[in-house]
Amino acid sequence: MTDAATEQLLEITLRVNGVRRTASAPARRLLSDFLRHDLGLTGTHVGCEHGVCGACTVLLDGEPARACLVFAVTAQAHEVTTVEGIGHDPANLSPVQQAFAECHALQCGFCTPGFITTITAYLDENPQPTPEEAREAISGNLCRCTGYQNIVKAVVRASEIVREREEETR
Amino acid sequence: MKPAPFVHHAPRTLEEAVAVLGEVGHDGKVLAGGQSLIPLLSMRLASPAHLVDVNGVAGLDAVEVTDTHVRVGALVRHAGLERHDGAAAALPLLRQALRNVAHPAIRTRGTTVGSIAHADPSGEMPAVTVLTGGVVEAAGPRGRREIAAADFFTGPLETTLAEDELVVAVRFGLLPAGTRTGFVESARRSGDYALAGVALAVGMDGDVVTSATASFVSVTPVPDVLDLGPALAGRSVGDLPLDDVAELVRSHVGPESDIHAPADYRRMLAAELTRRVLTTTTTPTEGAA
Ligand SMILES: Cc1cc2nc3c(=O)[nH]c(=O)nc-3n(C[C@H](O)[C@H](O)[C@H](O)COP(=O)(O)OP(=O)(O)OC[C@H]3O[C@@H](n4cnc5c(N)ncnc54)[C@H](O)[C@@H]3O)c2cc1C
Ligand code: FES
Ligand code: FES
Repeated sequence: MTDAATEQLLEITLRVNGVRRTASAPARRLLSDFLRHDLGLTGTHVGCEHGVCGACTVLLDGEPARACLVFAVTAQAHEVTTVEGIGHDPANLSPVQQAFAECHALQCGFCTPGFITTITAYLDENPQPTPEEAREAISGNLCRCTGYQNIVKAVVRASEIVREREEETR
Repeated sequence: MKPAPFVHHAPRTLEEAVAVLGEVGHDGKVLAGGQSLIPLLSMRLASPAHLVDVNGVAGLDAVEVTDTHVRVGALVRHAGLERHDGAAAALPLLRQALRNVAHPAIRTRGTTVGSIAHADPSGEMPAVTVLTGGVVEAAGPRGRREIAAADFFTGPLETTLAEDELVVAVRFGLLPAGTRTGFVESARRSGDYALAGVALAVGMDGDVVTSATASFVSVTPVPDVLDLGPALAGRSVGDLPLDDVAELVRSHVGPESDIHAPADYRRMLAAELTRRVLTTTTTPTEGAA
C-alpha cells in the first residue's frame, strides 16, 4: 500500500494574499487543506469537500473557486486570496464584511468566509445587483443558519457601501 | 474524505502530455479543471496511480471562431467560453447553455472540454455537442484523430476515447443561417445538476418552422438528437402542435428515478420544458441566431 511514509512530498510555493509561501506537501493535498494545515490560514472553511457547499471558496486570480476542488500543486501558478486577504482588521472591514455586520447576515459564521469571497468577486462583475440577482449570485453557497434573507440584503448593502466609499474618497 | 496518493505529472507541452499518458496507460487520468474528478478522488470512487495535470500545457486555452465552427481548446474554462463574445455571436446556444452549468465558482475552473470528456448525461455541454454536430479532436500515442459527437458518447460516463488519449479540443458546428436556439432546464437549486433540460435548434423561414431538433440533459443515457421536424416542419409560429411535440419527447426520453425525482416526473418535465423552450425560441425577437 502507498501510505504517508512512502508518499512523495513536493515543495509547493503559492502566492497567498500577496505573500509568497512555501510548504512541503503531497501532490494530493487539496488547496483548502494546504491553506489551513500547511499555511495556518484557517479562515477558509471546509464543509462538504465536493464542491456543493461553497464554504471553502477562495479567489484564484480574482475569480471565485472551490479550494476543495483544486490541488495545491495546480494552484502554484495562481494568486490566491482567502478571506484573511479580504480583511482581518475589525476596525477596517471590507464593504462586504461591513454589510454582513450591518445586516446580521451571519449567525454561526461557518459559511461566512465562502460568502464573503464569493460576493466580493461577484460585485466586481456586477456592481449594482438587484435582490433577485443577489439571490442568484449566492445560490452556490449553503448556509444552515440564516435562511439567506439577510445575506441577500447584505449583497445589495455591500454594493451601496462600495459606492459610498468611492464618493467619500472623491 | 481525501484522495488516495498519486504521482502528479505536470507536462508543459501536448507531446509531453501524450507521452506520459502513453506510459501510465490505464493507471493514469487526465486532470483538467478537476471539478468532476477531484470529488470522485476525494470520495475514493476513483484512485488512479497517476494524474496527468494538463493545466500547464501551452496552447490549449484558445477559442477559435470560423465560418463553420467554434473550436474550444481543452483548457478553456466554462466561464471563459461563456464570456467569449465571438463564440456567443456565432453560436448563441453556447452561452445559453453555459449559464446553466454549475455555479460561477465551479465554472471558473471547470473546462467545457472536460465536461464533454467526462460524458455525464446530466451535463449541458454534451447535449450541445451532439445538437451542433460537434467533433472531438483527440491525440494519443497512435497519433491524432477526430470523432464525430454521434460516435463519441457510448454510455453514462463512457466514451470511445481510449485511456491513453487526450481531447485536445472540441469543435461545435455552426447552425445554418436563420436557425434559432434555446436552452432551458429545471434544477432543485439554481446551478445544480438539472432534473431535466432541453437544448433546441429551430430553422425558420419567416414565421414558418422549417426544421427542429432537440437534445436533452439528465433524461437520456447518452446525449442524442431528437428530430422534431416531422411534427413541426411547415407549421407557422401561431399554430405549433405543442401536444404532438410533448408526446414525441415523452416517448424519446428514458429517465431514471433517483432521490431527486422519479422517472415519470422527469419525463413529464422534459416534455413540458420542450414545449416552453419551443414557444420562447420561435417568438419573434427572442433566440435569433
Ligand atoms: C457542485 C457541482 C455542480 C456541478 N454542476 C454541473 C452542472 O450542472 N452541469 C455540468 O455539466 N457540470 C456540472 N459540474 C461539473 C463541472 O461542469 C465540470 O467542470 C466538468 O464536469 C468537468 O470538467 P473539468 O475540467 O473540471 O474536468 P475534470 O474534473 O478535470 O475531469 C473530468 C473527467 O474528464 C476527463 N478529462 C478532462 N479533460 C480531459 C481531456 N482534455 N482529455 C481527456 N480526458 C479529459 C478526466 O480524466 C476525468 O475523467 C458540477 C460540479 C460541481 C462540483
Ligand atoms: S468544502 Fe468546498 S465546496 Fe464544500
Ligand atoms: S451562519 Fe451558520 S451556516 Fe451560515
